[in-house]
Amino acid sequence: MSIAPAVLLGLPLGLGFAAAVAAPATQRRYVAQMGAIAAALAFVIYLAAAPAAGDPAGLHVGFWSVPSLGVAGGLRLDGLSLIFVLLISGIGSLVLLYAGRYLKGDPRLPRLITLLLLFMVSMLGAVTADDVITLFVFWELTSLTSFFLVGYDHEKPGARKAALQALLVTVGGGLALLAGLILAAIAAGTTSLSGIIAAREAVLAHPAAVPAMLLIILGCFTKSAQFPFHFWLPNAMAAPTPVSAYLHSATMVKLGIYLLARFNPVYQQDEIWQNVLTVAGLLTAATGALMALRESDLKRVLAWTTVTALGTLTMLIGLSMELATTAAVTFLVVHALYKAALFLVAGIVDHETGTRDAAALGGLGRAMPFTAFAAVLAALSMAGLPPFVGFVAKEIVYEANLAAGGLAGPVTIIGFLVNAAMVAVAGLVSWRLFFGPQRPTPEVPHDPPKSMLAGPVLLAVLGLVAGAAPSLLGTWLVDGAVAAILGAPAPTPLKLWHGFTPVLALSAATVVLGLFLLLGWERLMPRLRRTVVLDRLDTGRGYDAAMAGIVSWSGRTTRAVQHGSLRGYMRILLLSCALAPLAMLTMRGGLAVPDATPLDPRALIFLLIGLGAVASAVAGGTFSAVMALGLVGFGTALVFLTFGAPDLALTQFTVEVLLVVILATVLIRLPLRAGDGRNARQRGADAAVAGLTGLSVALVLMAVLAAPFDPRLGEWFGAQSVPGGYGRNVVNVILVDFRALDTLGEIAVLAIAAFAVLALLRGTAAERQAGG
Amino acid sequence: MKATVILRVSAPLLLWIPMVVSLYLLVRGHNDPGGGFVGGLVGASGLVFHAIARGHVAALRVMRLPPASWCGIGLLIAAASGLLAWLDPEAGYLTHRWWIVDIGVILPLGTALIFDVGVYLVVIGTITAMAFALVAED
Repeated sequence: MSIAPAVLLGLPLGLGFAAAVAAPATQRRYVAQMGAIAAALAFVIYLAAAPAAGDPAGLHVGFWSVPSLGVAGGLRLDGLSLIFVLLISGIGSLVLLYAGRYLKGDPRLPRLITLLLLFMVSMLGAVTADDVITLFVFWELTSLTSFFLVGYDHEKPGARKAALQALLVTVGGGLALLAGLILAAIAAGTTSLSGIIAAREAVLAHPAAVPAMLLIILGCFTKSAQFPFHFWLPNAMAAPTPVSAYLHSATMVKLGIYLLARFNPVYQQDEIWQNVLTVAGLLTAATGALMALRESDLKRVLAWTTVTALGTLTMLIGLSMELATTAAVTFLVVHALYKAALFLVAGIVDHETGTRDAAALGGLGRAMPFTAFAAVLAALSMAGLPPFVGFVAKEIVYEANLAAGGLAGPVTIIGFLVNAAMVAVAGLVSWRLFFGPQRPTPEVPHDPPKSMLAGPVLLAVLGLVAGAAPSLLGTWLVDGAVAAILGAPAPTPLKLWHGFTPVLALSAATVVLGLFLLLGWERLMPRLRRTVVLDRLDTGRGYDAAMAGIVSWSGRTTRAVQHGSLRGYMRILLLSCALAPLAMLTMRGGLAVPDATPLDPRALIFLLIGLGAVASAVAGGTFSAVMALGLVGFGTALVFLTFGAPDLALTQFTVEVLLVVILATVLIRLPLRAGDGRNARQRGADAAVAGLTGLSVALVLMAVLAAPFDPRLGEWFGAQSVPGGYGRNVVNVILVDFRALDTLGEIAVLAIAAFAVLALLRGTAAERQAGG
Repeated sequence: MKATVILRVSAPLLLWIPMVVSLYLLVRGHNDPGGGFVGGLVGASGLVFHAIARGHVAALRVMRLPPASWCGIGLLIAAASGLLAWLDPEAGYLTHRWWIVDIGVILPLGTALIFDVGVYLVVIGTITAMAFALVAED
């Protein structure tokens, strides 16, 4: 290895980031090309790293650590990561090139390029992260950048809503993922992903193993749009087409699949893991296929088929067999190739004809032959026809389905129906779109410039090439990834021709059924759309209801908590102060009574305090109540004074003076009504609250006094005051020296309180003036 | 509300006595009961009383700066006094430095006093800000 791993792993991220930063300053004509070159360079670097990634250990570089927390992290490139980084950087490069033409003349193009590049860096970081923390940070960055990308047309309310929905769903799932990753890391004793996989037994034996696993699954399901979180993906089609092609076909939505595959070595023997993944995957695939046939918007049709593909992938990982894993990896690559190509084609059609309603389009092949060429190649791969790589993938998926043990029946049947639907959709976006009678479109269709054609054509041709030489794909990419997913190498030779097998028959039947669906599409689509029951599959309604619920719930709680009654606030405050210590006391072993001490003459002061308290409680007017309370304060100061705390006494005296003076000033201005406006019941309730608070304080004090006193701190401060702080007044030395930072915080709070009071009083004064 | 003539005439005296006492409390605080907090309270009570006797506008004139500025300046002084600790690279923020001055009597002077002055100013600023706002209402 001549080039350091740090360069191979770090440079692509650095290049992408640098290009993202440079994009706004680049001439608008070249900004897309610049981004595409950065992505292409990243692709080349990863290609150079590919041989090393085949090693069992993979390529690894650690670049950060916090020893005090016992966490360290870095990047790693193994077979599984390699597939993803090549797809991300390769397709990224083509999409950037495409975006430059697609949004030509749009003043916000540099912004889009920056966001796409940042997204690419986040994705590359997420799939090469070697520790859960780096992974999570990049994971969230992909959610964040995709929020901005989906909401690119931010002046449209629909785009904003879709962006927020995608963000809330994926970030909400991200929170679950964070919790799951932390639990797994705690169980394994390391944050390193390879460490967690190596510590498989410990992770599974941990008491929180199942919750950790479910949380990780939840995170992956939201990201990869699995049922019932699939609704955000079709809505995210509000994004510009290059974004949809990049995020919602090839990369971001696969991130959840990536992580499921990443954790598969840990959980693959777990029945819950297998069942949840298989069932959710099947449901997702079936839902996506059904919904795809209800749509006529090209992008939404494709989005639903992406949901289908994601479901199939999840299901295949859940089957946890060598064959299924190979099928999953193969299908992942194949799907990325044809789906990105088809999305880009849909974008071209939309761009050149002014519509993307499949029902209104047809016979475009004559006007845009190159687009048609790319679309047909990609669609043939999607339909799974030989000699395309889609056929290889479909064959091996069927093999895996049939070998799925007890589940083979349902898995194969659903897989068959779903694939038939895919054939129909493939025909829809190629045959129906480009052949047959030409229908009038808002704009006169023609082939787009080369930079827009490059992506779809290249991706579609790749599908053909890979299909012709599937063993190349197998040894070069798939086997390494399969080894990483299973935790052990399991080479399965990919073949185009398996001979006349049941699988081949199944393939043929799929195509036949798919063609029937295609021929009947014009009648089938509106009928399916009118079937109201199917609307339930759009769980977005649940999301809307949840959002509305949160808003109304927070409104209710705000009204309940911030009701504006000062007496109510006081009651809550006092009751909390009373009940929390009482609860603590009971939990800590109940009440305690300090040892009896001989009665001190100073106890007479407490008589004075008690007198003041009683007087303030029964006082007829507010003014006399304040005066009586002053008696309590002065009594307390006397206690401080006689028990050897002159500093406290001095402060207490001054505070009391100030309090009485200020209260008196305020009270003089208030209308002195005879009563306070409370009825007997309210007075009783207030008395009960006050009594309870007093009782609680007394009981806690007694318990505190009964506990043994630890004099160490006091003695230390006493001994250190003069030599360390040059002061004989220990209290003051503590305040300004030993605990000066505390004091600084306290005076800051004091100042903030002053500003708050000023704002409050100014506000009420202004209101009064406004009200007359 | 109008204060009586007696109160209004004696107000300046009733202002300066607490102010002097408060400064005395502030300075002596390190060795005897007192310090920035108590000193500030006493000083503030003098100013509040002045506001009652002569109106808060007169008290504000005595203070020169608005109470909020006293708070801010005090906080700045207290926070800045801790920076001097970094004259010694080993010491942490707010580790006070001491210089032993011998002017007939041994007098240890330290940044702790600067810190206490900050506390003093914040306390005066806070209490006068609140009290004047209450007094001024109408």
